[in-house]
Amino acid sequence: MEPIRILHSRTVVMAATNIDTDQIIPARFLTTTTKEGLGAQLFADWRYDAAGTPKPDFILNQPASQGCQVLVAGRNIGCGSSREHAPWALVDYGFRAVVSTEIADIFRNNSLKNGLLPIIVDAATHQWLVANPGAEVTVDLQHCELGLPDGRKVLFPVEAFARFCLLNGTDEMGYLLKQGTAIAAYEASHGQQRSRTTA
Amino acid sequence: MAKTLFEKVWDLHQVVPETADTPAVLFIDLHLTHEVTSPQAFTLLREQGLPVRRTDLTFATMDHSTPTTTDQIFGGVPIKLASARGQVEQFARNCAEFNVELLGLQNEKRGIVHIIGPEMGLTQPGKTIVCGDSHTSTHGAFGALAFGIGSTEVGHVFATQCLLQRKAKTMAINVEGALAPGVTAKDLILAIIHEVGVSGGTGHVIEYRGSTIRALSMEERMTVCNMSIEAGARAGMIAPDDTTFAYLEGRERAPQGAAWTTAVAGWRELVTDEGATFDREVQIDATKIQPMITYGTHPGMSIQVSGHVPVRDGDAVFAQSLAYMGLNAGQAIAGAAVDVVFVGSCTNGRLSDLIATADILRGRKVAPGVQMLIVPGSQQVKRAAEALGLHTVFAAAGAEWRESGCSMCLGMNGDTVAKGQYCVSTSNRNFEGRQGVGSRTLLASPLTAAASAITGRVTDPRTLLA
Ligand code: SF4
Repeated sequence: MEPIRILHSRTVVMAATNIDTDQIIPARFLTTTTKEGLGAQLFADWRYDAAGTPKPDFILNQPASQGCQVLVAGRNIGCGSSREHAPWALVDYGFRAVVSTEIADIFRNNSLKNGLLPIIVDAATHQWLVANPGAEVTVDLQHCELGLPDGRKVLFPVEAFARFCLLNGTDEMGYLLKQGTAIAAYEASHGQQRSRTTA
Repeated sequence: MAKTLFEKVWDLHQVVPETADTPAVLFIDLHLTHEVTSPQAFTLLREQGLPVRRTDLTFATMDHSTPTTTDQIFGGVPIKLASARGQVEQFARNCAEFNVELLGLQNEKRGIVHIIGPEMGLTQPGKTIVCGDSHTSTHGAFGALAFGIGSTEVGHVFATQCLLQRKAKTMAINVEGALAPGVTAKDLILAIIHEVGVSGGTGHVIEYRGSTIRALSMEERMTVCNMSIEAGARAGMIAPDDTTFAYLEGRERAPQGAAWTTAVAGWRELVTDEGATFDREVQIDATKIQPMITYGTHPGMSIQVSGHVPVRDGDAVFAQSLAYMGLNAGQAIAGAAVDVVFVGSCTNGRLSDLIATADILRGRKVAPGVQMLIVPGSQQVKRAAEALGLHTVFAAAGAEWRESGCSMCLGMNGDTVAKGQYCVSTSNRNFEGRQGVGSRTLLASPLTAAASAITGRVTDPRTLLA
């Protein structure tokens, strides 16, 4: 995972509410067995016509959106399926942060594990971002601050451990594997009461 | 201190409690896995040279990209969709390599992961249950703490049998009163989602409580808990009671004999204590609920089958949703034309759902031009339905009867709804393109779906119920 400390980027705005993970990456692309290359299918049904040609009116197909790392989305982005393919696709495409007033739980979790920073802001900040697409913003994960072009700095919450992992580009597996002794002790004291899945 | 059901299960599974800097290490009692969200997790194990730590707590089935036509399952015809075939085959190889018990394509117990867990008695009160699938919330019907995870977390559970988790907030949904005839658990949960909103449950674990919930069968409780995620909650729970124990007793992976008695005694403690508090409470009057159907592109956009599509001037997202659906603000939803009817999925693919469907179809014909697909949630459901002769009712009505799987719930196994077509579906998501590119989904109960198949129009099932 790529560490995140500071991002400077223009924003892409997709103001629709409840953008679900079936839109971010439709199910028919989930037969892949790797994480790579999903950026090409990001928002496939909004982005391409039936012949596979990019639709000029879709935001990601417009010249101003190219190279942007920050996606500003309507309330409750990432609802629906738990598919981690959604953040994989966003990251593969080039996004590093998603900003909204509400972000669905599983999507938020999955994003944090893949170097995609979910940023929850207040309604007023969100309204400003939606009204000013393409704004140059600064994401400072060290200080949990979103910097707007007028110099305003908006604080956003990030779970402490996930923040640590993102700042350092480490994943949680190493930490969990280090808990081996505690896990073994737990298994020894509780294991007998649990019925096994095997007959 | 008085605790909620969720807090009791949570506390029993903390290997390491959470601190300000680190989440809790939570032990997982049952890890269910399927072909779509596991490949990248198996790759991770292979890259790091790790085994699956607890193969005895890990269980695999094939459902999502698995086809449902008999020829592809039992007839020796290779899976037609090449990408799905590759995924199914790789999954079998992964399970063999890592020694994970798998219900393979032709296994008589195979089925949708959330149907087979309970059916086999793997799902039990007080367990922590995860799966790389958001509808893992289904298993909460047994008083388990069950929730969906991403593929990275699937890898964590494979390797350590644990997850890093922050404790969720709690929400009580108190449902009182009797459901009217023709009103089902599906209508209840659609009404609840309408009330709470599609993000109302975010950050919360829901406990469904009250006389209505206590009166539901286990299959109905599963339908309710299944769609908790559609209200934004990761998990929904119902305290176990005699209904739960009667369902589980004797199931092959449930405790047997003396172990059963001990287990039930422990499970009886799994209730929210008198005086325990929830972060949020919602009251629902079940007597006011009517058959429900969705008209838009998320599960909160629902109305009574006898109702009208709402009018919301100046709401661009709403207008776009209606444009996608090809419906007009203010129109009656009953009478809208239907092209496809799908009965199945982990929401409504159990035996009671098929019995309800047959009750409407018996002695009637599916309307000309309508395709009706009935897909049992598991092979065991399939055989049980056939033992009751339901398949002959379906065939006589002109419906297709398939092998088990996710089928038309999501468009990745060859069963899809064509662009622009309307499908009354007993599944759980009506997102754009969920059932196929350009598909238009109307979520409803099996009764409403079956009634709509007969008339070829969205139909209140009470008009066809004797
Ligand atoms: S039936 Fe639908 S919702 Fe249920 S597990 Fe399968 S794809 Fe997911």
